[in-house]
Amino acid sequence: MKWLRTGAIVFLLLVAAASLSADFVAPAHYAYQFRSETDAPPSYRHPLGTDDLGRDRLSRVLFGTRVSLLLAPAAAWLSSLLALLVGGISGFLGGRLEKIVIAATDLFLSLPWLFLLLTVRAMLPLNVSPMVSVVITFALLGCLGWAGAARVICADARTMRQADFVLLARASGSSGLRLLWRHVLPNLRPIVLAQFWISIPVFILTEANLGMLGLGVTEPLPSWGSLLRELQSYPAISGQPWLFIPLLLFVIVVGSFHLVLRTEELPA
Amino acid sequence: MKKHLLLCILLVIGAISHNAVAQTGSELRFVLHAEPKTFNPLLVEDDASESIRYLTGGVLIRVNRLTQEITPELATRWKISNGGRTISFELRRDGRFSDGTPFSAEDVAYTMTQLMDPALHSPTGDAFRSGEGQVQVKTLGSDRVEITFPAPIAGLERLFDQVAIMSAHSAQKEMAVLGPYYVAENKAGSYLILKRNPYYWKQDGSGRQLPYVDSVRLDIVQNQDTEILRLLRGEIHFINSLNPEYFDKVTSENPGMAHDAGVSLDSEEIWFNQVARAPLPDYKKQWFRSTNFRRAISEAINRQDLARVAFRGYAHPAIGPVSPANKFWFNSHLQAHPFDQKSALHRLNEDGFNLKDGVLRDRDGHVVEFSVITNAGNKYRERMAAMIQQDLEGIGIKLNVVTLDFPSLIERITRNFNYEACLLGLLNDDLDPNSQMNLWLSSAENHQWNPAQKTPETAWEAQLDKLMRAQASTLNENKRKKYFDEVQQIVWEQEPFIYLVNRDALSAVSSVVQNVHPAVLRPQVYWNIDQLSLAQQVAEKH
Repeated sequence: MKWLRTGAIVFLLLVAAASLSADFVAPAHYAYQFRSETDAPPSYRHPLGTDDLGRDRLSRVLFGTRVSLLLAPAAAWLSSLLALLVGGISGFLGGRLEKIVIAATDLFLSLPWLFLLLTVRAMLPLNVSPMVSVVITFALLGCLGWAGAARVICADARTMRQADFVLLARASGSSGLRLLWRHVLPNLRPIVLAQFWISIPVFILTEANLGMLGLGVTEPLPSWGSLLRELQSYPAISGQPWLFIPLLLFVIVVGSFHLVLRTEELPA
Repeated sequence: MKKHLLLCILLVIGAISHNAVAQTGSELRFVLHAEPKTFNPLLVEDDASESIRYLTGGVLIRVNRLTQEITPELATRWKISNGGRTISFELRRDGRFSDGTPFSAEDVAYTMTQLMDPALHSPTGDAFRSGEGQVQVKTLGSDRVEITFPAPIAGLERLFDQVAIMSAHSAQKEMAVLGPYYVAENKAGSYLILKRNPYYWKQDGSGRQLPYVDSVRLDIVQNQDTEILRLLRGEIHFINSLNPEYFDKVTSENPGMAHDAGVSLDSEEIWFNQVARAPLPDYKKQWFRSTNFRRAISEAINRQDLARVAFRGYAHPAIGPVSPANKFWFNSHLQAHPFDQKSALHRLNEDGFNLKDGVLRDRDGHVVEFSVITNAGNKYRERMAAMIQQDLEGIGIKLNVVTLDFPSLIERITRNFNYEACLLGLLNDDLDPNSQMNLWLSSAENHQWNPAQKTPETAWEAQLDKLMRAQASTLNENKRKKYFDEVQQIVWEQEPFIYLVNRDALSAVSSVVQNVHPAVLRPQVYWNIDQLSLAQQVAEKH
């Protein structure tokens, strides 16, 4: 399994490197419309062909990958941090606070997040650039995605509260913030990391779902969501297998994240 | 033994006769995208119910979808009098409802009374509400009826195309119909079977009773991918309306199936928010209220490219508020606005705008940047928005495209007016300009760029009000045409709506369906349902 994990890491690094160097390696600007070459098949000039507006698909895949690969981990980091703060502190302190926080988290989990996201997004200012809009979208995902992870971390922190090493630390005079900072949080690290890794593909998928609804990243900026929208209709994909490349990339990247995650989980 | 033999013979004869009926029976099949919400023809609002009404309803007058002319149906003659307030019909004497109940003037009177009943809230009835007061319906014998409205209605007779006559006496209520078919079976959410109305009054030239096809099966299928596959597999006979991608797919698989009836009445347009109380900066309101600014934007958009790329060539650059498909009312003196970015910049310069280093600024130095909202999930509008974005970049304007879910979009354009520009389409079924009163009158709620004005805020809007009221108050078609031509001219010059493209009417029909003449008006393929027939081999096969 180790070679598989290594392969996944190498693949993710390669994809990340290619997307980060998109400004230099992309054949054209991701937004430029070659209007006389719409829906073109792969060629020397456009290795993955062009989309329905004549935009170079390889450039869009590279820039879209950059958007999704940079912002999904950022959103995952934000949600993991929120989950650690909410779940970790409430689980460690216990008592009425824990009950209130768990009730609030359950309430948050029961919200129809997709509709919530649509509503929040509809209330945002209209005149924002596509880049700001994509950052806002992922920030929203990060802010809304903490609840599940918080529940898991809370349960772990509760167990830790009664663990022998915490009792020993208490007995030797450690309390409050010091106890939390020196003894509890370091031991929560594996579970937070696991939640972080889980969240990345989830957020990529969520953005893709929003993109499928036409509510993800705004034009002309590409993302995996907007690239996958090309596969929505049957006439568009029949006889054009190269349209599946973004999907293939997406599946392999998400799969690679899961492989890395599985091996991260093992030591924990 | 004899008894058994007789029974066997009877069973064999029964089976043979059953097969014979099945062989002569023919079934036309197509798809509805949703379940009809009602079978009451007066309450029709959705497309599926509209289809059922068209297939089953008998009307006094029908607008021929191909020629766009009015043709007599259950009314053999009619006359408008009393300054356009009264219409009197002479009715057919041989009409019968699908359950055999005779048709008479009482049924027309009953239908009109029901239609105009305020408690029913009939959407069809709204078009007849010309003013305060009651509608008077008088029967003058069994085959004559006179209807008097409180105020004149221009283009009155065309409105009766939507009024399916209901029986005053039938126990079956709205299920007793005068049209070519009646609803025989309704499996909710799955399919409907319509059977030939045995009492349908119409006959062909050789005296054979119509319709030719014995039954119509309407499967309820939401997904158009499935619909296309079923058509290509021969499981259904036609698709009434196709989008360009599906049309190309059908063309590539079976070119004989694809029918492009040409430019339709549907248009796509963009408009700027000109509402005075809108929460926008004053300088932006000033831009949007400037005719020069709107015309410059219009000239900076390449409509040919929109039609060719966004709609794969199955659309035409729009000229004005009326599509050329509307044969009588279209102002043929108008031409589509040219794509001319130099002229656009010239107009902007006249208003004090200045292009420097690829960025356009107004006279106070504000960078020209605005957003356009459109409904999420409509790929044609999203494509057009992306293309307009690139076109406007050519004159230094930054356009932000925002796709919103439909309720949020409606909230912005009708309630809080928190938007700058909007890209939407207009589906138009009615040829008569009277149906557009709620769009052009400055006091109207649907006067989208600046609705519900107490008094017209601009001279040209006051002129629009005057002309629309003038065309609505005269019965002389030529005069009405003259007034409405002027309306189109003003809208073309002022561009409160920047009309982008008119879509083509695309459909797909199996070659086994005969007498098909796809039209641009809905229902494009089956507007002559009673004349459609299936090639013999197919009728036999099924």
